[in-house]
Amino acid sequence: MLEIRWHSRAGQGAVTGAKGLADVIATTGKYVQAFAFYGSAKRGAAMTAYNRVDDEDIINHEKFMNPDFVLVIDPALTYTDDITLNEKDDTKYIITTHLSKDDLIKSQPKLEGKDVYVVDCMRISQEKIGKAIPNTPMLGALMKISGMYDIDFFKEKMLEVLSKFPQKIIDANMAAIETAYNEVE
Amino acid sequence: MTEKMELKSVEVWDGNLAAAHSLRQAQVDVVSAYPITPSTPIVENYAKFLANGYVEGEYMMVESEHAAMSGCIGASAAGGRVATATSSQGFALMVETLYQASGMRLPIVLHVVNRAMAAPLNVNGDHSDMYLGRDSGWIQLDSFRQQEAYDLGLMAFKIGEDHGVRLPVMVHQDGFISSHTAQNIFPLSDEVAYSFLGDHQPFNAMLDFEKPATYGAQTEENWHFEHKAQQHHDLMTKVFSKVEEVFAEYEKISGRKYRIVEDFMMEDAEVAIIAMGTTVNSARLAAKIIREKEGIKAGVVGIRLLRPFPFEQIKEVLKDVKAIGTLDRSSPNGTVGMLHNEISGVVIENEKVPAMKNYIYGLGGRDITIQMLQDIFKELDVSAKAGKRVGPIQKFINVRGPELSFLGK
Repeated sequence: MLEIRWHSRAGQGAVTGAKGLADVIATTGKYVQAFAFYGSAKRGAAMTAYNRVDDEDIINHEKFMNPDFVLVIDPALTYTDDITLNEKDDTKYIITTHLSKDDLIKSQPKLEGKDVYVVDCMRISQEKIGKAIPNTPMLGALMKISGMYDIDFFKEKMLEVLSKFPQKIIDANMAAIETAYNEVE
Repeated sequence: MTEKMELKSVEVWDGNLAAAHSLRQAQVDVVSAYPITPSTPIVENYAKFLANGYVEGEYMMVESEHAAMSGCIGASAAGGRVATATSSQGFALMVETLYQASGMRLPIVLHVVNRAMAAPLNVNGDHSDMYLGRDSGWIQLDSFRQQEAYDLGLMAFKIGEDHGVRLPVMVHQDGFISSHTAQNIFPLSDEVAYSFLGDHQPFNAMLDFEKPATYGAQTEENWHFEHKAQQHHDLMTKVFSKVEEVFAEYEKISGRKYRIVEDFMMEDAEVAIIAMGTTVNSARLAAKIIREKEGIKAGVVGIRLLRPFPFEQIKEVLKDVKAIGTLDRSSPNGTVGMLHNEISGVVIENEKVPAMKNYIYGLGGRDITIQMLQDIFKELDVSAKAGKRVGPIQKFINVRGPELSFLGK
């Protein structure tokens, strides 16, 4: 079982990102789960979303999770959310920031010694999509760090997931995924 | 002509979308609705399917849930295939009309996305609304996951609309945990789903002017009791066999097997959890783990059909078990939980009466983890080994403060 926790603000697309990821993974014959805690949270409120992935049918409906990956798509949540909650020894963190990895860890010392990767999903989404919707670039970064799928295969599947959108938006998202894939370190 | 929708063999849908597709494939004639979280997307999606030409029907926007069910009653009495969805406070406001619907023997399908009852206000899942409906004369089917909300959503029409049954049917699913969680769903094609149901055959339709019929008549002391007795008689004697028949037919077209009482690893079980909703699935996982890790012979009984209550089937499944934990996701507000009461009434009919413990959990969407479920099995094992209940009858789990327990201390 692979488990992923997203830290986001309501409106930044973590739920859409988690569902899009689940859509892609399901096409490969795996079992998926995508959910979020939002209650009656308002736009801008901190929230978390979750993915489970397994080769077998998923019958686990607990909300509790020891994540394999923590994806932080809003830079400030690194400081205001408990992003290391229920972590494992080998949990990987992919964090949206304009800082270098070293500067990020200096600014948030509890990340010291952990498996941390940085990518600026905010800048990438603003440049490529024209809006601060950092969900799709994060998926590009996740593909690189997890090695889950070949990036070309992933993009091809994302095309199907995004097919209801206008071509311009699809192209912009594809460029954002590609850029984040190349830039994450 | 309605548009056909091409579905993939595997879709990633949440429970609400799955339920909405069951309404579309059943080609529901009338949805009369007043949307409420977390059930909103069911009727919202039906309205979208209708607007886009995928359903031939009518969407009635009304001013309250009381009016929503009233609209359903009128449309169903007129002779239509009718459905709606609600949750929590909306369900509570519907209660008066629920009794009207069942008393008039109208086969309406109601998706209840289970949610806590205020106060305090809470949009998350627990079973307070489901429990509120249990004396209303409806058939109540419970899903443990999103796929089942879709499957039962289709089967509900075939059960309720049968001329030997003619009763409204609720299909329950857990708010958010099922309704807003996307998982792999294996839908039927539109053709297979619709031909499974067939066209609705109304019974004493009010729009049949050749054969005038009266609905909602008044009967005082002279006849009221006989009508209620007949409804209870039909619930007790006609529904179980119909449900089994529909489950068997559905298995043929879907490959998915449904049972009125869903027992899991109960063949040799010494301890059992009885539950409803998504907790049934989580408890199955916990039972597998605790069997491997600790050798505890754990089993799970999920109640698929809450009303009519499958007394005989449950009695058979529990005949050899030594300790039972009844898990109630609703505040009993002054007594033991509903499942505890119901199951106790069953097991005293068996030769071996097990130790009974009642766990109140998960109110307002509070998590129940696989670890907590394992801990319940461990606690039940202590009672099983002692040959009697050890510790109090009722315990609250995962609630703040010192351990909260009641009765039998």
